[in-house]
Amino acid sequence: MAEVVIPIGPQHPALKEPVNFRVIADGEKIIRLELNLSYTHRGIEKGAESRDFIRVLPLLERVCGICSHSHATAFAKGIEEIMQVKIPPRAQYIRTIIAELERMHSHLLWLGVAAHEIGFNTLFMWTWRDREAVQDTLEEMSGNRVHYNMNEVGGVRCDLSPSQVQTALARLPLLEERIHKYVAMLEEEETMLLRFRGIGNMTRHEALAYGAVGPTARASGVACDARHEDPYLVYAEVPWEVVTDTNGDVYGRTCVRIGELRESAKIVRYCLEHLPEGDIRVPAPKAAPTGEILSRYEAPRGELVHFIRTNGTDKAERLDIRTPTLANWTSVAMCLTGQNLADIPVIVAAIDPCLSCTSRITVLDNNDNTSGMITFDELRKRSRARWQEQERS
Amino acid sequence: MIDPVLLLIYVFVFPGFLFLFVYALTCEFLDRRIAARMQHRVGPPFFQPFADVVKMMGKEVIDPDGVDRRIFDAAPVLALAAVMTSFLYIPVVGASPLAFQGDLVLVLYLLAIPTILLFVLGWLSRNIFSAVGGVRAVTQMFIYEVPFFLALLMPALAAGTWSISAIVVWQQHNWWCMFLQPIGFVVALICLQAKLERTPFDIPEAETEIVAGPWTELTGRRLALMHLARDVSLVCGSALIAALFLGGPMVPWTISPAWLGGIVGFILFLVKTLVVLLILSSIKVATGRIRIDQLNAIGWKYITSAALVQVAIVLVANFWWVSA
Repeated sequence: MAEVVIPIGPQHPALKEPVNFRVIADGEKIIRLELNLSYTHRGIEKGAESRDFIRVLPLLERVCGICSHSHATAFAKGIEEIMQVKIPPRAQYIRTIIAELERMHSHLLWLGVAAHEIGFNTLFMWTWRDREAVQDTLEEMSGNRVHYNMNEVGGVRCDLSPSQVQTALARLPLLEERIHKYVAMLEEEETMLLRFRGIGNMTRHEALAYGAVGPTARASGVACDARHEDPYLVYAEVPWEVVTDTNGDVYGRTCVRIGELRESAKIVRYCLEHLPEGDIRVPAPKAAPTGEILSRYEAPRGELVHFIRTNGTDKAERLDIRTPTLANWTSVAMCLTGQNLADIPVIVAAIDPCLSCTSRITVLDNNDNTSGMITFDELRKRSRARWQEQERS
Repeated sequence: MIDPVLLLIYVFVFPGFLFLFVYALTCEFLDRRIAARMQHRVGPPFFQPFADVVKMMGKEVIDPDGVDRRIFDAAPVLALAAVMTSFLYIPVVGASPLAFQGDLVLVLYLLAIPTILLFVLGWLSRNIFSAVGGVRAVTQMFIYEVPFFLALLMPALAAGTWSISAIVVWQQHNWWCMFLQPIGFVVALICLQAKLERTPFDIPEAETEIVAGPWTELTGRRLALMHLARDVSLVCGSALIAALFLGGPMVPWTISPAWLGGIVGFILFLVKTLVVLLILSSIKVATGRIRIDQLNAIGWKYITSAALVQVAIVLVANFWWVSA
């Protein structure tokens, strides 16, 4: 077959969210990939800048349907630092418990999706069933399955009762047993090995050069983890390890995520057993003093960064969210070149893309009434023009 | 000479087309149900496949821009007709009344037709997913068809006849070919799975890569007929393997009266085809989809080699048998 252009998305059965790839393939080999992101701009950053801090947290949970706690915690953590509010230890433990449960449900979900991408639906059904145990725990603790809304500026919204702690602890052995089973499957399941090994290779050097984050980078041997490098909440006290792998392929990314499942279960168990007594929140001021902060948070998909600038009012002057998926896109485009057409879904899925969280900018031009996106070069040209204008005046 | 009325009943009612439809859809139900239970799901109710066919039959038929409508209408009918015809030569209650020397070859070729029609459909759909799927279907065919033919022709070689019914009778007096030719049996099962395009060989219709492959542009009754053709292929394939390797609907001793023998034979047919179905469903549930290049490597390196080893063994055994 000659060179063909295969459009994937914005609507495609493999994609749960809209993104567009133009895959230029020669038969079954991929020659080049053109990415087209940002189909779902929702104006969340702007929305966050026009609400006070109490109302921002529920909004930020809606950035992502899977790592909802991540966004709220990243913001709350940052704003508390600006306000110089120290939240009580019990609140920190509860935040950590929810964060690690969230990581577990996210990784179990990912494992299922990755299996589904290679047509291994049995594993998909199994992991999603096991994920229910995590979701049930989260629901018992917070009342919600997806948007837990546990965070408040100054602490957490609701306390854990001793009976909730007991039921949560009772569910952990089942999860640990299932995680053990998946580790065994990963070593033995022949079709999984065939489809995961040696696919989407990325060396340590490339991972650093393309700025990969999270499990994607850790699978290439880069031990970057915000929980370790810049400990927040209680990660400095809890015994846990950064999971890395040296395979650098989809198989390595799977190993890292399953290893993290095990670590997360360990952290949750430790936190539940060592939950300190005390208050769950402290009163926080309504307004924040003028300041800037870069709040780093290790979301299930990688490092999540919230940049917050405050100006002494009860609203943020600027909020900029850099999701881990955005950081990982370039590495995907690099990984895919030279691969097989059939491997696109699994390589794309291997970074656990969360597309709607990634869309940030849409350009509205009042002069000619157009809206849409601009290229990086165009952006540079415009900013240079603006700069030259300022220089002249 | 067989009574023409009985022959008509054989072809159209039992064990011909009417029975075949019901049994094929029941098999689809069982396949889905078994898979669902293994995956900790509830699975569909019994009437689901029947309801699906009725529903799809009533749906609007959509023609993609610029396709040849006549071929698009004809291909599913042709595919269904081919596999239904092949079933008439497979013994169900006893030897098929239509059996002749060489019906095995006819059945094998008739069973190959749906795949070729899928390629044609994919190529004519004017859709990139369909075209890629069609090319994959035909590539896959070149990989599994050779070992499939080799494996299924070995019982004929051992029995010294080219008629499926005669091979079944031969197994009545000897061992089942499953025990005589275990390698051939395994190869035949794997290749049947590939022929039916089930996981791990559902490469031509890989949902997450190319939507539904050649099936993408099929709608309404075309889709219904194509689904039926696939279900009937499943029954035909299972029945063929049951007949060639598992002794078909015969028992080693004669049962009188004849009607009782017929019932026993029919029950044996059901049990054996369902056993084959269970094996195929288990493979489907236990594996993920491999890539076409991986299938190419595995198919030609291992499966075809295994089939050739089986051929050599059968030829040597035959020679030794004749000279002994």
